[in-house]
Amino acid sequence: MSSGKVITHIPESGRDAIFRVWRGDSTAGQFVDYKIRVQPGMVVLDAIHQIQAEQANDLAVRWNCKAGKCGSCSAEVNGMPRLMCMTRLDMLDLDMPVIVEPMKAFPSIRDLVTDVSWNYAVKKRIRPFRPRKPDAPDGTWRMQQDDVDRVQEFRKCIECFLCQDVCHVLRDHHKHDEFIGPRFLVYSAALEMHPLDAEHRVGDLKNEHGIGYCNITKCCTKVCPEHITITDNAIIPLKERVVDEFYDPVTRLFRIFRPKKA
Amino acid sequence: MSDWVTHEHDVVVIGAGGAGIRAAIEASASGARTALICKSLLGKAHTVMAEGGMAAAMAHNDDRDSWKVHFADTMRGGQYLNNWRMAELHAKEAPERVRELEAWGAVFDRTKDGRINQRNFGGHRFPRLAHVGDRTGLELIRTLQDHCVHKGIDVYMETTVSALLQDSPGSRVLGCVGYDRQTGQLHVWHAGAVVLATGGVGKAFKVTSNSWEYTGDGHSLAYHAGAELMDMEFVQFHPTGMVWPPSVRGILVTEGVRGEGGVLRNKEGRRFMFDDIPDNYKPSTADNEDEGWRYVTGDKSARRPPELLTRDHVARCINREVKAGRGSPHGGVFLDVSWLKSKMKDHEAHIKKKLPSMYHQFITLAGVDITREPMEVGPTMHYIMGGVRVDGDTQMSSVDGLFAAGEVAAGLHGANRLGGNSLSDLIVFGKRAGEFAARFAREKGAPRAGNAAIDAAVRTTLEPLARPDGREGPYQVQYALQEVMQGVGIVREEKEMAQAIEGIEALKPRAAACSAPKGRAYNPGWHTALDLRHMLTCAEAIARSAIERKESRGAQFREDFPKKDDANFGTFNHVVRKGSDGRMQVSRRPLAPIRDDLKQVIEENKNI
Repeated sequence: MSSGKVITHIPESGRDAIFRVWRGDSTAGQFVDYKIRVQPGMVVLDAIHQIQAEQANDLAVRWNCKAGKCGSCSAEVNGMPRLMCMTRLDMLDLDMPVIVEPMKAFPSIRDLVTDVSWNYAVKKRIRPFRPRKPDAPDGTWRMQQDDVDRVQEFRKCIECFLCQDVCHVLRDHHKHDEFIGPRFLVYSAALEMHPLDAEHRVGDLKNEHGIGYCNITKCCTKVCPEHITITDNAIIPLKERVVDEFYDPVTRLFRIFRPKKA
Repeated sequence: MSDWVTHEHDVVVIGAGGAGIRAAIEASASGARTALICKSLLGKAHTVMAEGGMAAAMAHNDDRDSWKVHFADTMRGGQYLNNWRMAELHAKEAPERVRELEAWGAVFDRTKDGRINQRNFGGHRFPRLAHVGDRTGLELIRTLQDHCVHKGIDVYMETTVSALLQDSPGSRVLGCVGYDRQTGQLHVWHAGAVVLATGGVGKAFKVTSNSWEYTGDGHSLAYHAGAELMDMEFVQFHPTGMVWPPSVRGILVTEGVRGEGGVLRNKEGRRFMFDDIPDNYKPSTADNEDEGWRYVTGDKSARRPPELLTRDHVARCINREVKAGRGSPHGGVFLDVSWLKSKMKDHEAHIKKKLPSMYHQFITLAGVDITREPMEVGPTMHYIMGGVRVDGDTQMSSVDGLFAAGEVAAGLHGANRLGGNSLSDLIVFGKRAGEFAARFAREKGAPRAGNAAIDAAVRTTLEPLARPDGREGPYQVQYALQEVMQGVGIVREEKEMAQAIEGIEALKPRAAACSAPKGRAYNPGWHTALDLRHMLTCAEAIARSAIERKESRGAQFREDFPKKDDANFGTFNHVVRKGSDGRMQVSRRPLAPIRDDLKQVIEENKNI
């Protein structure tokens, strides 16, 4: 989600635009059109706030920082999963109504707000960070910058859940019970590749967390507002670890002769 | 009215930023049944926006650093109004708290020898800020969040506390009442102790770096429960917020930009920060551009560039340039990091590596490539030093059973906070608040609040929904308050502040009458109507304290009293409390005499 191209020039004096916003809850709803005056530099979240302040005080929208750092204002703008606070209006065709609707991979609560609690439950199921014993003389650890670069990329994640929203395994096939989704594969990768971590999660990834469901279509990477290369840097290396551990013929042979762990 | 869900806990923590989560972890670790109530989803609190780093004298990048220098820097930055005990504890305990984060999975940037890397920041003598690029706050909150989810803490997400429970004003706090934002369901929490960790008050101001949650809830809950607020006049304006486009005005541009060598220039291209260096910082500040650059690149014999003076000073210098007509096209000044191209080969990659979020923020929101052109920046309301007056060791307020930590508490920062001292504040005093709240609950048991108290709190919470339709909306009142508070801004003056106080009084009935749309499920109109009372209380405390301090000190700059007046105003903190008549009272509380050994530390570090 880069800066993108300017599609609509908004004059200093402003111009009118129509926002077609989903209003409703888990039982029913419809799109409602709001016409507002927009100014240069505005983002979609500004437009939603303006509608909320002037025309619909009860329009439900989740947001916090309005600076692309908290990952709260995820929604679908003209069908694309985006952070509303980082989507400039001049990147959209304002001669058409701008369609703003909630994420589709999660149940609706109200208007643009969805129930993302499933994500919080999933995180609890992933084995937490367990550091190896401190090995530096001062009772801490030494790590080189080169060794933490990869993990730092994963830790940029702001938990906006746009990658979960766009993932067809969740969005279309509703495998929420069997698949943890790209966000938590990135989370697992950040733990597995942490230079200090001594926990083992590869078995869980295969058996409990459904990593096999991912068929690397890279939709998640495309929508990540933090530009994390989710598929290439996180998911594929984890898949390789699963293969090494469970499907490598030599390891397999070795396992036949090794007593099973409890 | 009995439609609420009841919970029982030993410790209830209100607010789930860095201080709140750290407090909950500590309380829970000591065996307390702990609840953590967050206004947003877990991990989204304003802490995520902290960029530069957390200050801790670990001496990784300069072995001359120690807790003593950090303590002296903090006191000097705070113009000696700080609670010196808190400044001492903070300087001593911050390194251990940072190391603890690493043990919980945080991945800080590294030094060449593989330790936690520390960067320069305004007002800190030595490189002291442990950091992760320019997203240190995210690293802090995510580490705490991921650690806490396995600790058996009951987390209530998107839940707002609307009132504290007590049998009479000023008596022990026994719990709180609030609502689930998603459904509007009411909750009552009975608790042995309550920790406020609600952050600041920025949403009472027009240009602010703060997120929507910053409506002063904790300040106001404490005040109305009879606790004392302190130092409310000291509001920090961060010198560098975005100024264009209008919709992003106020969003923070990290001080890390200057720490990495970014310089401030006016439209004439002049580095105006060299023109006005305060006397007490002259010995430690570079007087030419070359020395400033050498400092940034780690030359220990060099003094720091004037761009890294304290925030209050830099903000005022920017204000001065703009007022004198030497500003940038959109009413700010230029912050330039692209000039590094004259100093290094691969400046583009360097800037993107060191300041990734800044690069991203400017290219996306303003269409400005910071590796090629300067940014336009100007002051933005960023932080309040004032807050609930607490005991330095335990973080308990002047009301039994009510604790406060982080931005909502006063004391550590005095009249002005140093950058980087906030994140370390959260973990040092978050831990202490959790520890002592749990101990208080254990020792004092958990008597339950009476039904009368619960009924009253529930009534207050639902009241906006019962108002007639068709009146003024809550947002209009909030915008009006933000306009009024322009009179208590970065440069202050008696008459404007008196007008602001009148303006606040006039807004009170409007806030009490504005209509909220009906329906309890995720109804932001209702929530804003409730938040208004908090914002008005904080605004009033700020304005009434500021008008009484007839001098310029730290973050408070008065055009009509431009000098610091140690004899008359350097000896006390302002304390705000609710009088028995319901009116706000401002009084003076003499500073506690500083311990001799700490006095000596300050003396030893005065002229370095």
